[in-house]
Amino acid sequence: MIIEKTDAVVFPGVGAFGPAMESIKKNKLDEIIIKSAKSSKPFLGICLGMQVLFDSSEEDSNEKGLSVLKGKVVRFKKARKVPHIGWNQVSSFKKEFYFVHSYYVIPEDRSIISSETEHEGEKFVSAVKKENLFAVQFHPEKSGDAGLEFLQDFIKKV
Amino acid sequence: MLAKRIISCLDIKEGRVVKGTKFLDLKDAGDPVELAKYYNSEGVDELCFLDISASHEGRATLTELAEAVAQEVFIPFTVGGGISSIDEMRGILRAGADKIAINTSGIKNPDLIKHGAKEFGSQCIVLAIDAKLNPDRKSWDVYIKGGRENTGIDAIEWAKQVERLGAGEILLTSMDADGTKKGYDTELTKRVADSVSIPVIASGGAGDIEDVIDVFKRTNCDAALLASILHYKNITVKEIKNQMKKEMMAVRTIY
Repeated sequence: MIIEKTDAVVFPGVGAFGPAMESIKKNKLDEIIIKSAKSSKPFLGICLGMQVLFDSSEEDSNEKGLSVLKGKVVRFKKARKVPHIGWNQVSSFKKEFYFVHSYYVIPEDRSIISSETEHEGEKFVSAVKKENLFAVQFHPEKSGDAGLEFLQDFIKKV
Repeated sequence: MLAKRIISCLDIKEGRVVKGTKFLDLKDAGDPVELAKYYNSEGVDELCFLDISASHEGRATLTELAEAVAQEVFIPFTVGGGISSIDEMRGILRAGADKIAINTSGIKNPDLIKHGAKEFGSQCIVLAIDAKLNPDRKSWDVYIKGGRENTGIDAIEWAKQVERLGAGEILLTSMDADGTKKGYDTELTKRVADSVSIPVIASGGAGDIEDVIDVFKRTNCDAALLASILHYKNITVKEIKNQMKKEMMAVRTIY
């Protein structure tokens, strides 16, 4: 498969956890995604592409995630306005990125957390990093210049 | 903290931007991509393309428009105007639009909201509501077909219903304020924003920076839609955001 031959993998995602996992399995992409994410090549999960890397999600109790990273995906609880749509600060970048989501990840291993973001008093994990595996809840591809800069930095790792 | 958004709205007819493009020093001020790039560089947080073509053929170009914009501009954008089927939505979203705005078709067929949200996620479905005060009932009626037809449906109730149906955002236009340049209808906006938990975009009536500040201060809305005052360069996005910062509002920084 072509994914094996690439120098880096970007795993974007928009949609719901259950149907996404169903589709990944139906197209027999689960193993190759897991393998790529665990390999040494740069891997970037975006939004739902971040969430399905974890074990499970409150969005769909029937479908398990890819379990590349340990932890679960939960829905906003404290925040009143859900989905969380718009530009918000991402701690490690000190810049605003564009978000569109109702769920966020809670990694078991806190040491992989690279950024957090706050929405109506609810702090959540907006980026994780484990060696060459990067996953972000925001959409760099929709975050204007800040996003393009982020993607350029990712490409530089190749 | 989530930034309050400034959204620029562009009217589209047969794939071209109409109205409010006279001032621009662009090679082709009717080209949606040129304008999208311009507003992106100005620091606008989001773009909204509303098709006002009367005919279906005129609207067929919306997919091409989405594709062209998505290739050049990397901020979120909404496409709306006469979209009435899941297939149309899919085509435009696949072409690169982030959200679909629906208005008349949502009233005629509420299932479209439900199915659209299920198929693409709530975040893709923006419900455009055109509301006008009904003085007898002291409440707001929902109008469709570009404001030509009163449905008699209560705007607050409709807003709550579209949230239940799965809409991810409400684009609320006050027909009373629209075009007046005397400020947003803060009463209507407040009522709707307090009645739902999804984001509300205030639209109609902005005449100067203070109007934008006012709607953010007095209501719980999340975004302000601007058309003519940005198009005719009466004010710039930067000026609005600077004033918002002074008022201690969260804004997305322009670099």
